[in-house]
Amino acid sequence: MSTLAAEPLVSTTTARWLTAGEWRAHPGRAIIGALAIAVGVALGFAVHLVNRAALDSFASAISTVNGAADLQVRSVSPGGFAEALYPRLAHVEGVAAVSPVIELTASGDGGQAQKRQRLTLLGLDMLRAVQVTPSLVAAPLQGVGASAFDPDALYLSRAAMDLLHARIGAPVALVAAGQRRSFIVAGVLPGADAADALAMLDIAAAQWRFGQLGRLQRLDIKLANGADRAAVKARIAALLPADATLTSAAQEAQRSDALSRAYRVNLEMLAMVALLTGGFLVYSAQSLAVARRRPQFALLRVLGLRRSALVAQLVIEGALLGVAGAALGVLMGHGLADLAVTRLGGDLGGGYFRGATPHLAPAPLAALAFAAIGVIVAIGSSIVPALAAGRAQPAVALKNAGDMVDPRQRPLPTLGLALIGLGGLAALAPPLWGLPLLGYAAMALILAGGIAVMPALARALLAPLQRLSALPPALDLAVRRLWGAPEQAAVALCGIVASTSLMVAMAVMVTSFRGSVDAWLVAVLPSDVYLHVEGAEAAGIDPAAQARLAATAGVARIGFVRQMPLRLAADKPAVMLSAQPIDTAHPRANLPLIGRSIAVPHGETPVWVSEPMGWLYGLKPGDHMQLPLGGAAHPVFVAGVWRDYARQFGAIAIADTDFARLTGDATKTEAAITLAPGADAAVTIAALRQRLPPGLAPQTMFAEPRQMRAMALAIFDKSFAVTYALEAIAIVIGLIGVATSFSAQTLARAREFGMLRHIGVARRQIMAMLAAEGAGLGLVGGIAGLGLGLVMAQVLIHVVNPQSFHWTMDTMLPWRLFAALVMALVAAAAGTAVISGRRALSAGAVRAVRDDW
Amino acid sequence: MRWLLLLWLALATPLYAVDFAVVKPDVAINFPRDHGAHPDFRTEWWYLTGWLKTAKGEDLGFQITFFRTRLATDPANPSQFTPGQILFAHAAISDPATGKLLHAQRIARAGFGLAQASTGDTHLVINDWRLDRGADGRFTAHVAAEDFALDLVLTPKQTAILQGDAGYSQKGPAPTEASHYYSLPHLAVSGSVKRGDTVAKVTGTAWLDREWSSTLLNPRAVGWDWLGLNMDDGGALTLFRVRDAMGKDVWAGGSYRDSKGLLTPLGPGDVHFLPGRRWRSPRTGAVYPVAPQVKVRLKTRETTFSVTPLFDDQELDSRRGGGPVYWEGAVTVPGGRGYLEMTGYAGRLRM
Repeated sequence: MSTLAAEPLVSTTTARWLTAGEWRAHPGRAIIGALAIAVGVALGFAVHLVNRAALDSFASAISTVNGAADLQVRSVSPGGFAEALYPRLAHVEGVAAVSPVIELTASGDGGQAQKRQRLTLLGLDMLRAVQVTPSLVAAPLQGVGASAFDPDALYLSRAAMDLLHARIGAPVALVAAGQRRSFIVAGVLPGADAADALAMLDIAAAQWRFGQLGRLQRLDIKLANGADRAAVKARIAALLPADATLTSAAQEAQRSDALSRAYRVNLEMLAMVALLTGGFLVYSAQSLAVARRRPQFALLRVLGLRRSALVAQLVIEGALLGVAGAALGVLMGHGLADLAVTRLGGDLGGGYFRGATPHLAPAPLAALAFAAIGVIVAIGSSIVPALAAGRAQPAVALKNAGDMVDPRQRPLPTLGLALIGLGGLAALAPPLWGLPLLGYAAMALILAGGIAVMPALARALLAPLQRLSALPPALDLAVRRLWGAPEQAAVALCGIVASTSLMVAMAVMVTSFRGSVDAWLVAVLPSDVYLHVEGAEAAGIDPAAQARLAATAGVARIGFVRQMPLRLAADKPAVMLSAQPIDTAHPRANLPLIGRSIAVPHGETPVWVSEPMGWLYGLKPGDHMQLPLGGAAHPVFVAGVWRDYARQFGAIAIADTDFARLTGDATKTEAAITLAPGADAAVTIAALRQRLPPGLAPQTMFAEPRQMRAMALAIFDKSFAVTYALEAIAIVIGLIGVATSFSAQTLARAREFGMLRHIGVARRQIMAMLAAEGAGLGLVGGIAGLGLGLVMAQVLIHVVNPQSFHWTMDTMLPWRLFAALVMALVAAAAGTAVISGRRALSAGAVRAVRDDW
Repeated sequence: MRWLLLLWLALATPLYAVDFAVVKPDVAINFPRDHGAHPDFRTEWWYLTGWLKTAKGEDLGFQITFFRTRLATDPANPSQFTPGQILFAHAAISDPATGKLLHAQRIARAGFGLAQASTGDTHLVINDWRLDRGADGRFTAHVAAEDFALDLVLTPKQTAILQGDAGYSQKGPAPTEASHYYSLPHLAVSGSVKRGDTVAKVTGTAWLDREWSSTLLNPRAVGWDWLGLNMDDGGALTLFRVRDAMGKDVWAGGSYRDSKGLLTPLGPGDVHFLPGRRWRSPRTGAVYPVAPQVKVRLKTRETTFSVTPLFDDQELDSRRGGGPVYWEGAVTVPGGRGYLEMTGYAGRLRM
């Protein structure tokens, strides 16, 4: 005995023989296990690659436009700040040079104001820029010198050339700040990244032609050699008016990161969910393999294989599956990312990286990390069945007594309930680093707890059936089988429950979100026609044009709105200030308020902040905040909070009368139009368009609420396209899991079926029994998954979403989807049970009983 | 240098009809007003060159030059940034110990008090560089770069030389190819020079050239040579010639004021530059006649003397900062010393 137990012999030759034998006998199972891991790794890696590519291209676009200045002073709104700041900063000690910049959003005058036609227009003093941001002006100064000062000369980046279909020496028209102007293309900007749409002209021409006289949007600053950065920053900050802020490259990067961080993290988490589901599949495959090979293992144990060697053997099997799957997954992930970038764009349809075209870069470290996660998941899901196999008593197992757990012993739900409780606690925790990491942890804990509680739950659900005595024989057999082999049932169930619950959670969240957005759209779009001027942040419709529009035939009422982005913090994206008609006594008539609007103290200016704004800036009704408008900071009173799904980074509503009083700005960028009874929308829109100033007309879009709702929901669906795809993959993995567990379990029961045939059970009855077993498991799994999924959906709705995107929503349930899902599960489970049962029954009953003996 | 700047700015094809002031023979030079800028003319310069001696006895050459150029801009543009006037400055130190020039430049459009050329008297600002004339007639100059700085006070010891015909100086065959031109030779210099981290007190003698014009050069001109010499006996010799592509003179001229103050204008037949030893620049490949023979006819007497550079490599290559390439160096002649400028040897300039 002791000589046979020689360790080297067992751990190499035996290990190889065991693994190879198992995989040769059941190649399908090994392949599906590896594929499950591969799909998870591929999704995670692909999402990561696409996110990184998109973020890189976005960051490069920002740094191109900024030209890598040491420091920047930026205006808080596109209206800019007074140019007198320029000489004041130039004289600050430690400042080597200051380059004044006009920065506007422009579009080509192609007639249609498409978003993709947008470009950044920079007005530069090239003699200053060459000292501070030389990359921006390399071309004009190397070309024929003084055309750098030519007010008609426009320099374009490669992307802008393509966008505008421009040629050097040919005329080109641009629309910005409500002005349409023509230029001659003087050259290409080679310093700009080829993908960034950039146009540059002389600052004096930019100020005059685009109505920016006396204003600047940016001052790029170069520090003197050896200057104390912090001290210079402090000196500059002391000179800044309220409508300018000091930023640095690091803060700009943080700002661009903040733009899409929550969205990216959520996608990566979803990809991890797919990987986790793959892990459950490996777990169920390994568990079944262990159950089936129990006599083999017992024989080996009797022959002297050590328990630890057996456990190691099984774990290595899992690891090998994991390595194969991970390698395949990395390849698939790269292909998937490539496809996604070319088809959906770098934001995966989310709309965060407008205009930037990402390039996939090889990411060996990330590939390794995701492969490692895949291998770890595979090993982790093999450890539990391996330990179970190691614990089995060889003598008992040798007889293949079926389920190792005594059915008379009640499975305890203690561990599962503890995990669920822990998950509940994690859900109550605040976000970490601004991300709902603990919310995801809560979901993982609830899922794990739910699965751990399954054997007990299955018992509880089957108990009433068990007590029924007048069942038809086939059904009776099925119920008793499920009751008597709880562990096998639990193994088959865990895959179903995991995938169903994850899917239900996602589906409930998306349905709730979509429903809330739809309801919100109806609430915020009460008028008949809406008008919006694209890229008019710096200038919009002037009062004369407003009067003309209001007097258009067919217009019963027109309410003008002025929207203006404001940078309230250097490291946060700009918030949208919306000056609109608001009845300050009854704001609910104009805003979709959440909670109440509190009374405004006498002499204070009220504003209403959007839900994300309140969350991000820690504002609640009754607070005061400063609004940097017209060169001064104005204290305002937060009177209430309103629901807004459109601007994730915050929005502030202010009465148009208050805005005009604070800024003196009477131009508008949007309008809500109520039509006169009987007026035709299309005719009125055409008439309104006629009356727009010629500089604005090409940038102006009209829409009816119906179209806007359809458009908003289309954008919504596009941004959730990847979510839907991930969900579908999770379902497919789950169903594959059901099919494999069933076919494996059924095939392993050939002897049982032979026995049943011998005692007179008809073939048809066995098939009915299998179908009933499958349907029963599908039903139990589906119901449990549904319940668990609803709990997890609440975590998504009340924890993950508010922490990521800072808005709340009302729970809505997709009943039809639930019904379809449960039916599909029952059908799939019963169907696979029947199909594999037919194969198991094809062998003769006598041979089946004789098998192995 | 002076003419290359013109070439560069001439490329600014005027899109707007701007009436530049015209150089006329009968306009008298008037001080102190003419120490100030003449913004109606197309171009103008304040050109300081000279020799310095440190307390240790080192000889150094220096150049501090400010240029003003008027661009043809749309007069209707009310923007404060309108590039109507561009200011440009070069500074260099010729240090034989280094064997090459330390140089730096500033360029800016006038405006916001950050760059300006005052009318009325000399008050020039480009960022941190300044040249000012005080009520006592003394000039103060401050230029600072990364590797050197000059802080100088320049005191006139003689009256101005009104070049050509009482300040109307012809530069080509046509009467319009001319400038208003005066020079202040024998400026006594005191101040400090910083090279690297070491500051040295200096004294010396300098020369200020002042010129303004709208139509200076003949279209055939490709370059020019200029020589200004403070003679040891108190005399001052100014020589220049404008070259065509073949190296032939398009025009030549200058003046000689002897130690007693007697001024003799020189015309095209009176001045000849004969190339002597040549030096090839390793950085630009340009070949400069760094030690020319100069033949000058004063009245009937003809003199030839040779010019010796302080050292050969006094080429100023400002291409990296978007500027031109030229040779501007301290030179000696028997009985005097001053500055030689040679432009248009490095081929057509690309800015």
